[in-house]
Amino acid sequence: MILRPNLEDIKVIGYYLGKVVLGLGLAMLLPLVIGLAFKELNPILDFLIGCEIACVIGLLLTKLCFTEKDPNWMQGMIVVSLSWLVATILGAIPLYLSGHWNSYLDACFDAMSGFATTGLTLVQDLDHLSYTHNFWRHLIMFIGGQGIVIVALSFFVKGISGAFKMYVGEARDERILPNVIHTSRFIWLVSIVYLILGTSALGIAGILSGMRWINAFFHGICIFMAAFDTGGFAPQSQNILYYHSLPFEVITVIIMILGALNFKLHYHIWTGNRREIMKNIETVTLFITVTLLFWVTAIGLQQLGVYSGALALFRKGFYQFISAHTGTGYQTIYARQFLNEWSQLALVGIVVAMSLGGAVCSTTGAIKMLRIGLVFKALAQDIKRIILPEKAIVVKKFHHIKDRFLEDAQARSALIITLAYLVLYALGALIGMLFGYPFLPSLFESTSAAANVGLSCGITNTAMPQALKITYILQMWAGRLEFISVFTLLGFFIALIKGKS
Amino acid sequence: MKPKLDLLNYAYCRMAILIFAIVSFMPLVSCAQVITSEELINNAVLYDGKQVVYEGEVIGDVMYRQDYAWVNLLDGRNAIGIWLDKNLAATIVYTGNYKVRGDRLEINGVFHRACSEHGGDLDIHAQVIRKTNPGRPIKERLNTAKLNFVLVLLGVLCLALILRLLKSK
Repeated sequence: MILRPNLEDIKVIGYYLGKVVLGLGLAMLLPLVIGLAFKELNPILDFLIGCEIACVIGLLLTKLCFTEKDPNWMQGMIVVSLSWLVATILGAIPLYLSGHWNSYLDACFDAMSGFATTGLTLVQDLDHLSYTHNFWRHLIMFIGGQGIVIVALSFFVKGISGAFKMYVGEARDERILPNVIHTSRFIWLVSIVYLILGTSALGIAGILSGMRWINAFFHGICIFMAAFDTGGFAPQSQNILYYHSLPFEVITVIIMILGALNFKLHYHIWTGNRREIMKNIETVTLFITVTLLFWVTAIGLQQLGVYSGALALFRKGFYQFISAHTGTGYQTIYARQFLNEWSQLALVGIVVAMSLGGAVCSTTGAIKMLRIGLVFKALAQDIKRIILPEKAIVVKKFHHIKDRFLEDAQARSALIITLAYLVLYALGALIGMLFGYPFLPSLFESTSAAANVGLSCGITNTAMPQALKITYILQMWAGRLEFISVFTLLGFFIALIKGKS
Repeated sequence: MKPKLDLLNYAYCRMAILIFAIVSFMPLVSCAQVITSEELINNAVLYDGKQVVYEGEVIGDVMYRQDYAWVNLLDGRNAIGIWLDKNLAATIVYTGNYKVRGDRLEINGVFHRACSEHGGDLDIHAQVIRKTNPGRPIKERLNTAKLNFVLVLLGVLCLALILRLLKSK
């Protein structure tokens, strides 16, 4: 029997949702600083409107739904899934007011793409967009990469038990420190330290590349936020190709890889346990998949002689490849070049890399390395069971921070999530094909959206069907939250309609 | 009579050579057709290594690299990187951004699908540039409708805050 959610459930959800909305409203004050610094009048008004609407809604929700109760699992999951939808709708307000998005749906597409750290975009005339709006595009990637609710956890939530449920809801099931609030603050500490280092490195590279210092550092901070959070937005329409700079590309590759590593691994490296990087199942799996799939991509590029020299092949091939594998989506080629010039084998290499992603508890989307590693370990365990005598006891161990035994429940959970991602990729590809796009481009774009990558082969543009835009928005949302909180929200709505009080 | 005929033939020959020369070099002179970024990107293999004419607005920064410079030209759909001599780049006054309409340039140069000199970039190595439309700063006018909306919302926000304070008391 399904029970209909009661008023108390709705109050708890509304109260915590209100806190997240308030946090979002306050986050809109940061672009205001940029607007004041660059004296951009109308963009300042756009953000004042966005900030005021968010604060009014946040205040009303926290007042009307005031409660001192901590959320339970169901409520925490619903807070998370609703927070991402509400943040998308509210975060799109200043974008739409700028006049650079053709419709509110397009602005919502970019807002979801930003929060979910995807990087697909429908912006028009990006090269004339204000610094204020451009900063917001990248800031929402930074906020989304850390987890929208983690922002609220860090600054607004006092209770610990409720906080953990929302932390898990945002697809982060690993606590780095015993206390989840301390964990989220550690994630912020790591991000801020890398922000300072990364922005400085990119800023200096920009100046050495001939940019004005103000632009070099503005681009530096924007590119860092989008690269470390494996997002993929860039301040100019040519993405990373705009810079025509090898040092810039090298620095962004390093930042993308750092963003794709588990925050827990960062913690161990920071505390002196550097050997962990060599032993961890995630880094080992990442190394294997990068090696194998780049080999496939490079052969594909070599087949058609897309790039004349080995250096150009590596520079273009590896950049797009690592951008795909880490789920960032930075490009140094034009979207149409994928289909017009790259071979199908090279595209398959990129699509598979996109579908795998980086580490769990990182800013990447997709299936993730821990699950891939566990699925292969489980497969090896099953093969051993068949080969060895029936009485033999087969145990499989893996190293993830510490040595662990592989349990059936872990393997099953990894397999279910892997399967859910594969279904999501296929579903998006099918919808793309229903709109008349060929199979491989449809699969490429669908995987890019659902795995929160952001590479595009040209399907994503403002003229594409509205239904496909909505499909990609939902894929980005479900892919970023790793399904559980999305399924919980669906269950909640079913219980509201069909449940018994 | 014979020398007169030779003279006539010589004149015809000269005229034919002149016409041939004009027709041959026609694509390189001012009447050459401008190719769009869309066409260049979609048919990059076809145009690879060819002399092309491309026109667009300078956006972002002029990035000087020793004796050369990179500029990115936006033709409305896409921006393409142009590699040019620093003396040619020095003629650029305005580069496009939120507050500036950049200089509009017509570039005559060699198109590269995957430039071996620049790590496989799709670019154009400019030989001749011509400013077709000078840039200018854009005056930003305050949107009064937005300003009024901000003030109304500010009133609503204050009301919400007052109600919250009163109720909590």
